Amino acid sequence: MFANTLLMSVREIRRNLMRSGLTVLGIIIGVAAVIIIVTLGAGTTRQVQDEIGKMGSNMITLSPGGAMRMGGAASSAAAFDMADVLAIRRDIPNMQAVAPVSLRRFQAVYGNVNRRPQVMGTESDFSVVRNWKVVEGRLFNAAEQRFGRMVCIIGSTVRNEMFPSADPLGATMRIGKATCEVIGVLESKGQAMFGGDQDDIVVVPLRAFQRRLSGANRIDQVYISAVSEDAIPAVKADLDVLMRDRRKIAEGAQPDFDVRDMAEASTMMQNTTGVLTTFLSAIAAVSLLVGGIGIMNIMLVSVTERTREIGIRLAIGALEKEVMLQFLVEAAMLSAFGGLVGITLGLLGALAIAPVINVPFVWQPATVINAFAFSAAVGVVFGFMPARRAARLDPIDALRHE
Amino acid sequence: MNVLTDTAAVQNSGARQPLIAFDQVYKIYGHGESEVRALDGVSFQIFPGEFVAVMGPSGSGKSTTMNILGCLDTPTAGHYYFKGQDVGSLSRDGRALLRRHDLGFVFQGFNLLARTTALENLELPLIYRRIEAHERHRLAREALKLVGLDGREDHTPAELSGGQQQRVAIARAIVTKPSLLLADEPTGNLDSARSHEIMELLTRFNREHGLTIVLVTHEDDIAAFANRRIDFRDGKIVRETRKGA
Ligand SMILES: Nc1ncnc2c1ncn2[C@@H]1O[C@H](COP(=O)(O)OP(=O)(O)O)[C@@H](O)[C@H]1O
Ligand SMILES: [Mg+2]
Repeated sequence: MFANTLLMSVREIRRNLMRSGLTVLGIIIGVAAVIIIVTLGAGTTRQVQDEIGKMGSNMITLSPGGAMRMGGAASSAAAFDMADVLAIRRDIPNMQAVAPVSLRRFQAVYGNVNRRPQVMGTESDFSVVRNWKVVEGRLFNAAEQRFGRMVCIIGSTVRNEMFPSADPLGATMRIGKATCEVIGVLESKGQAMFGGDQDDIVVVPLRAFQRRLSGANRIDQVYISAVSEDAIPAVKADLDVLMRDRRKIAEGAQPDFDVRDMAEASTMMQNTTGVLTTFLSAIAAVSLLVGGIGIMNIMLVSVTERTREIGIRLAIGALEKEVMLQFLVEAAMLSAFGGLVGITLGLLGALAIAPVINVPFVWQPATVINAFAFSAAVGVVFGFMPARRAARLDPIDALRHE
Repeated sequence: MNVLTDTAAVQNSGARQPLIAFDQVYKIYGHGESEVRALDGVSFQIFPGEFVAVMGPSGSGKSTTMNILGCLDTPTAGHYYFKGQDVGSLSRDGRALLRRHDLGFVFQGFNLLARTTALENLELPLIYRRIEAHERHRLAREALKLVGLDGREDHTPAELSGGQQQRVAIARAIVTKPSLLLADEPTGNLDSARSHEIMELLTRFNREHGLTIVLVTHEDDIAAFANRRIDFRDGKIVRETRKGA
């Protein structure tokens, strides 16, 4: 019985390929959209995880701004200064390293190459805290830090773009209005989230940055590395107490600074990408629904168009439930086929888009299976009404239909 | 012809059960002023092996009779017995099964599935009868051969002439070996040469295979192929004639 229904369904689908094609189009588009969005969403999540994994372990960041704000730089709250950093070093136990940081873009020139990399003023400890390794040359020494000598460690992008053939070590490049000697090259960290290039950077001693480049004493952020993961809560609590004291903020009042560890940063970023993925998935799901309604629409039209065929079937002795089953099977086959095509196109689409927006291609079998099952279900659900309408036709009227 | 009529007459007079019995059948459409009595108390019996022509002017109730005979419709009042069973008491599915196993239809408009080959059109009633693929193909080819269309298995209706399409339709109606063939103006869309070919074909099935046929027609020369004739007017039988009687 079911094999026969399948056979008849295949014959009917084949009999009108144009109509069948139009029926599945909506499903193809809907499923492809869902697959693209979910795949790219998974890629983004994977990237966030990788990114956080690459950051220094046990890292805590101290930035200006209230607890409700995200970044430090855009905040109106006061920046930090060297006295804060000294106090942290002096008063907070269980710390491995502290790296004050100031950031700004400056013009960099070497020979006839011009760039505008991110310039970071910090101390050698940044290498420990951020887990950034020097692959050529060395870090700053104590004297360079203390006297603010213009020496610099460059990121791999700067190295490749500005010193394509020459050995950068010992070279003198101009940054802003100052000149500096290249003493080291950082290991590449690869493409960063959302397209930022973390390797387009020049690192100089903080004091040199303040005196020779920015001319200000402000410190934008302090990176702190706890001795162990277990020590993170204690270090954070101590930092909170210390900074409230230094910035004269009563206990319980809203602080004008943020203390975060990577676990928080990770959840925050994943929440952001999660919300985005959910939102886009919802849009995609709506398009799948529209695809389903499209199936229903075309099948309803096709019931009218196929009235005579249905009349013939009924006159020949088809039972109501047999006609119904045939229409349902046709709908399910069409939408399942649409699902398969949509999945293929979606995966190919994701594969094509992923490198353009710098997101890894993460293939998820579960998503594919769900999308397939869902598309077949859409066919059955939306094929039900037309199928019932077909099955209930009066054979005499149906045969007389022109 | 006379010999055949005689056998029918013998069957008729014998104690054999009629294949079909209409007992005071009424079919009434609408109410009150607009009431139409498509059938107004019709009774007749048809025995196995008969070839009956139903005649009458347009609107006299021929198609209504055929629809009820074909179990596509039920009487408003009265009874229709098929092989002794009251069709009016059957459910919609029960009537569908009766059509599937005992009836074959030939229509004026052929009613073949478009863009579907002759062979697949013939397979359709066999599929609903759950006959497996190999046997199905054999029976379909055999039936096509019987109507003189062997070699046209893969032709779609659009690739066949009107006469050929009607032969495919007849083949589809007889491929299940039904006990009754119902044909509502089967030659209405054909020229007279084609019509006579179709009628010769039907006559052959009636004689050689004992197939009971009820056929609606306007034309005397078509009705002449049958061995019994029932004339309708205004939903009533006005005359019954038997060949040779
Ligand atoms: N579904 C229907 N609703 C209302 N009247 C109908 C319907 N079918 C048939 N009739 C009427 O019943 C009468 C007999 O029709 P029909 O059996 O088709 O006639 P014939 O086939 O002899 O031309 C006609 O007056 C026709 O208008
Ligand atoms: Mg008629």
